[in-house]
Amino acid sequence: MELQAPPWSAIPYDWYSDPAIYQREQERIFRGHAWNYVALEAEIPNAGDFKQTWVGDRPVVVARAKDGEVSVVENVCAHRGVAFCSQPYGNAKTFQCPYHQWSYDLKGNLLGVPFRKGIKGEGGLPADFDFKDHGLNKLFVARHNGVIFASYDPAMESIEDYLGEILPYFDRMFDGRELRVLGYWRQRIRCNWKLMIENLRDPYHATLLHVFLVQLSLNRADQPSSAILDRDGKHGAFTSRRGGEIDPEATKEIAAASKTLTLQGTQMLEPLHEFPPPHTLVMQTIWPNIILQQNLNALAVRQLVPRGPTEFELHWTNFGYASDDEAMIRRRTMQANLMGPSGLVSIDDSEVIEMAQRGVQRFPELSGVIAMGGLETDSVEYTATEAPLRSMQKYYRSVMGL
Amino acid sequence: MIAPPTAELKLELLELYDAYGAALDDELERWPEFFTETALYRIVARENFERNMLWPTMSCEGRGMMLDRVMAIRETSMFAPRQMRHFVSGVRILGETPDGYRTQANFLVGESQVEAESRLFAIGRYMDLVVRDETNGGFRFAEKLCVYDGNVILSSLIYPL
Repeated sequence: MELQAPPWSAIPYDWYSDPAIYQREQERIFRGHAWNYVALEAEIPNAGDFKQTWVGDRPVVVARAKDGEVSVVENVCAHRGVAFCSQPYGNAKTFQCPYHQWSYDLKGNLLGVPFRKGIKGEGGLPADFDFKDHGLNKLFVARHNGVIFASYDPAMESIEDYLGEILPYFDRMFDGRELRVLGYWRQRIRCNWKLMIENLRDPYHATLLHVFLVQLSLNRADQPSSAILDRDGKHGAFTSRRGGEIDPEATKEIAAASKTLTLQGTQMLEPLHEFPPPHTLVMQTIWPNIILQQNLNALAVRQLVPRGPTEFELHWTNFGYASDDEAMIRRRTMQANLMGPSGLVSIDDSEVIEMAQRGVQRFPELSGVIAMGGLETDSVEYTATEAPLRSMQKYYRSVMGL
Repeated sequence: MIAPPTAELKLELLELYDAYGAALDDELERWPEFFTETALYRIVARENFERNMLWPTMSCEGRGMMLDRVMAIRETSMFAPRQMRHFVSGVRILGETPDGYRTQANFLVGESQVEAESRLFAIGRYMDLVVRDETNGGFRFAEKLCVYDGNVILSSLIYPL
């Protein structure tokens, strides 16, 4: 009997560059039924603190009001559309648009309009102009263990229900301990945003593309690993355990394993176990806009900001815990050499997805084949699979109506 | 105000920075030679620098890690081929230390990929500690902090700045 391949085992190349698909993604995914990551509480610890960020390609401001509540508002003045906030971060009592000085409180309510009553009785706003109807556009907010999410959908389930089966992995890094932001990286990558998420949901590539990891035995095909998915297949967690000796049987097809490499400086590879065993690496994709990274002691939130169909920015927030001692901060800092825009591992990813974009754009009539691991779309305990890609494709198609 | 440097010192420093940029562009294997054995090399985005977070995009503690970085670029990293070109200017001495000089310079780095047009890759400044090498009397960097102004790295930062 011949099995009929389900539609989600193929990805049309056109979907990585079609402007109509991109617009629909903005409406149905980022402004649809999803909790988008926007900030860590540690970035805005005090009343009045704010941070600019993005939900899809819409600019938003995350702020902490006097009462401690966190609000997320679109960065567009209700009057003429000017982005009222031009600082990436800061502390303010009110937001004021530079154009006509309309001012808002940190929750987005309109507070003041200059010359509202006109000048010497002439002009001004009509008598029935209600400030309540002209505030900033506010998003719904959810907070969990120091992480802030926002949504345009009034019918969202709780963030805990949204994370579902992935919640235990999420809570591994965010267990309620106070976080300490160590620094930011930003990258502009010339490809569709989905290629980045798909790369993290593809356990198949890790031991083939990342020669540095393989040669230092940090990640190999023979290591115990798993790919966990939530019930919809929208989130994924890839786990791996750093192994001992190389198993020649499992690595014989990996050209990169043929020679071994030694480092002159070992500072970047002196990890300390700080999370419950056995995993030494847990990479999560939380739909739709973040990748959570725990590789040894290198911890980061990687936020995706689409910039049109064929470009996106990756905003990395690197962090540790408020309780970290100097040695731990130094360890995280040294291990940062593996990750980021200059990471000895992640360079491979940001480069290869740009190459993929160039490829798919030239052949919009073709489709990619995701057949590793057969047809399954469930959690698995091995790496020679593309099940997490199929599950994402299945979920994506249902949300997009494709 | 510190006294203007002698013509000889200024020339020596200009030569150091010019040779450094040329090595990065065309002879990457020579890059670690420009540093002392225990030198600290860091590339940091301006947004981090301004917030007193010296969180590095790339960092090396000592020449060993620089050799590792060169090895990784040559042997293990996968990236589209490209040619970088350094333009270093505004070399200044900010102060004298027991070991050498605190110096600063501007950098502008262009990138040309085979499959794309040339582009301006990075603009920023070097904030360095330059010391005399006891063996040959020449200058080496004991510290090099490269702060890039734009915050957003275009694609990937493969080569050191």
